[in-house]
Amino acid sequence: MSILAQQLVLGVMIGGLYGLGAVGLSLVFGVLKVLNVAHGELIMLGGYGAFWLFALFGLDPFASLLLVLPLSLLLGLGLYCVLFGFVVRADEETRVKNSLLIGFGLALVLHALAVRLWTADDRSIDTAYAGSAISLGGLSIPLVRLASLALAFALIGGVHLLLKHWRWGQAIRATAEDWQAALLTGIDIRRAYLLAFAIGTGLAGAAGTLVSVGYSINPSIGLEWTLKALIVVVLAGLGSTFGTFVGGLFLGVAEAASAAAFGGPYREVVGLVIFVAVLVLRPRGLFGQ
Amino acid sequence: MRLLTERRELGWAAALLLVFAALPLVTRREDVLNFVFLVLLSIVLAESWNILAGYAGQVNLGHAAFFGLGALVARTLWIQGTPTLLAMGAGAVVAAAFSLLIGAAAFRLRGAYFAIGTLALGEILRTTVGNLFPEISTLPAASIAAYRLSHRYYLALALAAVSVAAVAALAISRVGLGMQAIREDEEAAEASGVGALWLKLMALALSTGLAGLAGGLFAYYHISYYPSHPFGPHWTFDALLMTFIGGVGTVLGPIFGAVLYVFLKEYLAVRWVDFHLLIFGVLFILIVLLLPGGLVQATARARRLLTRRLAVPRAKKPRP
Repeated sequence: MSILAQQLVLGVMIGGLYGLGAVGLSLVFGVLKVLNVAHGELIMLGGYGAFWLFALFGLDPFASLLLVLPLSLLLGLGLYCVLFGFVVRADEETRVKNSLLIGFGLALVLHALAVRLWTADDRSIDTAYAGSAISLGGLSIPLVRLASLALAFALIGGVHLLLKHWRWGQAIRATAEDWQAALLTGIDIRRAYLLAFAIGTGLAGAAGTLVSVGYSINPSIGLEWTLKALIVVVLAGLGSTFGTFVGGLFLGVAEAASAAAFGGPYREVVGLVIFVAVLVLRPRGLFGQ
Repeated sequence: MRLLTERRELGWAAALLLVFAALPLVTRREDVLNFVFLVLLSIVLAESWNILAGYAGQVNLGHAAFFGLGALVARTLWIQGTPTLLAMGAGAVVAAAFSLLIGAAAFRLRGAYFAIGTLALGEILRTTVGNLFPEISTLPAASIAAYRLSHRYYLALALAAVSVAAVAALAISRVGLGMQAIREDEEAAEASGVGALWLKLMALALSTGLAGLAGGLFAYYHISYYPSHPFGPHWTFDALLMTFIGGVGTVLGPIFGAVLYVFLKEYLAVRWVDFHLLIFGVLFILIVLLLPGGLVQATARARRLLTRRLAVPRAKKPRP
């Protein structure tokens, strides 16, 4: 029983990161109608950013979030200008299809680059406090992962506030809802696209940083994280930041429960099966409008 | 006009295949034959993906699942003593039957949703097969002693010829035209009397059956490999890259793509790991953005430009 409870607790913690990874993807998909399958590779890049800041300058990974986040935002601006800005000019159906292909090419390039530059080895940030944990009623809760969960929640709350109260956040939401109406009211939708894409990339970078602290990264984690984010987006539907976060937690718990029930090797399968089932039966997601 | 160009393409493919057929008579160098074998296998894989994506417009990101199923079934039967061709045929039938089983549900998904749904499906199969068959599959000693590369080579050549001919025939057939109508606009095709679901299922079965045959060829060729290896997503990605770079929805495109891809892969990967993926990733992005018809479109454009130059000397444009 306590083993199951322990696994569920760990599932909630990784689930927070799934949520954070998915919010970025969901924002980009919801606003630009662009499906960026290189999202996992952006998470991977964020992880390497934090890793090298720690390895070269001894920067604490939680502090390096302050650097990785803005750098990821800049990367997002760059990627939008070079690649995805061209994609959004097409009509919606071609847009999704082309973005899928472009994202796939980008994922390939980023993966190959990461292998060339940083080798295919597994890396993780080994801080002095990495092993510390608090025990709570027989459960052991790793501090780093708990902090990551809290930070993920805080970041998602931040994005929520940004979208709700910031002028451009409102513009982004309006564009997501109906870009033609938004255009008619005088919103510069290209700029809303640009901002949404940058924020999505920034969130991916932040998620990557947290992954590299509590877990490990290598150049090939991209596909896995893209799939996790896609699963969560499909589970949660579009348009609700906190719904996406809850979807992430749900996936983490479902994986942990299935690992306990069927054994570790099948934990990936369960999420994917849920994904395919929801996709076919409820294409709008569990929490979608 | 369209019929004529398709015929010419078929002629070129036939000439290419004739040259390949003579190759083992000219050289006994195993590296050359292995290289051409890989090209031929890639052609089959790329053409099989091309049927569904290029003609029916459905981007299947779980193609490796069917390649893997074909390999799994063919290998198991073959090692147990079934004749090779029969075993490969069984693999193809299983792959196609499985695709039809999931097809009706999968085609409820449109466009990108179909793509990510099939991506998930491929990963489900890969993980499950990896869990069920964790041990490496190696040929028995007797089969290794009897291994002849030329058998594999000619089988690959025959399969490549069949797949290219199948796509060429499909491209100009009524069924193929219906598929292309779906690719361009599914609603409009439905409205003008094209049975979209049936045609998509037919394209799916053809595509996955051919992928199953390619998987059987893979299983017949390799002495030892992990059963989950042919289920790996890179097989799908390879097929996608080769098809798009060559020219998606053309007969000759996947052949161009396969030759270029295998060449770069074999010669660059030796010196620089994964360098070919960097080149192909960039090339792929450029093609999607700027040249949706791939190399086939590029050569056609270049030829048109050249002939126009030769026919009418261009007048100098006055400066604005």
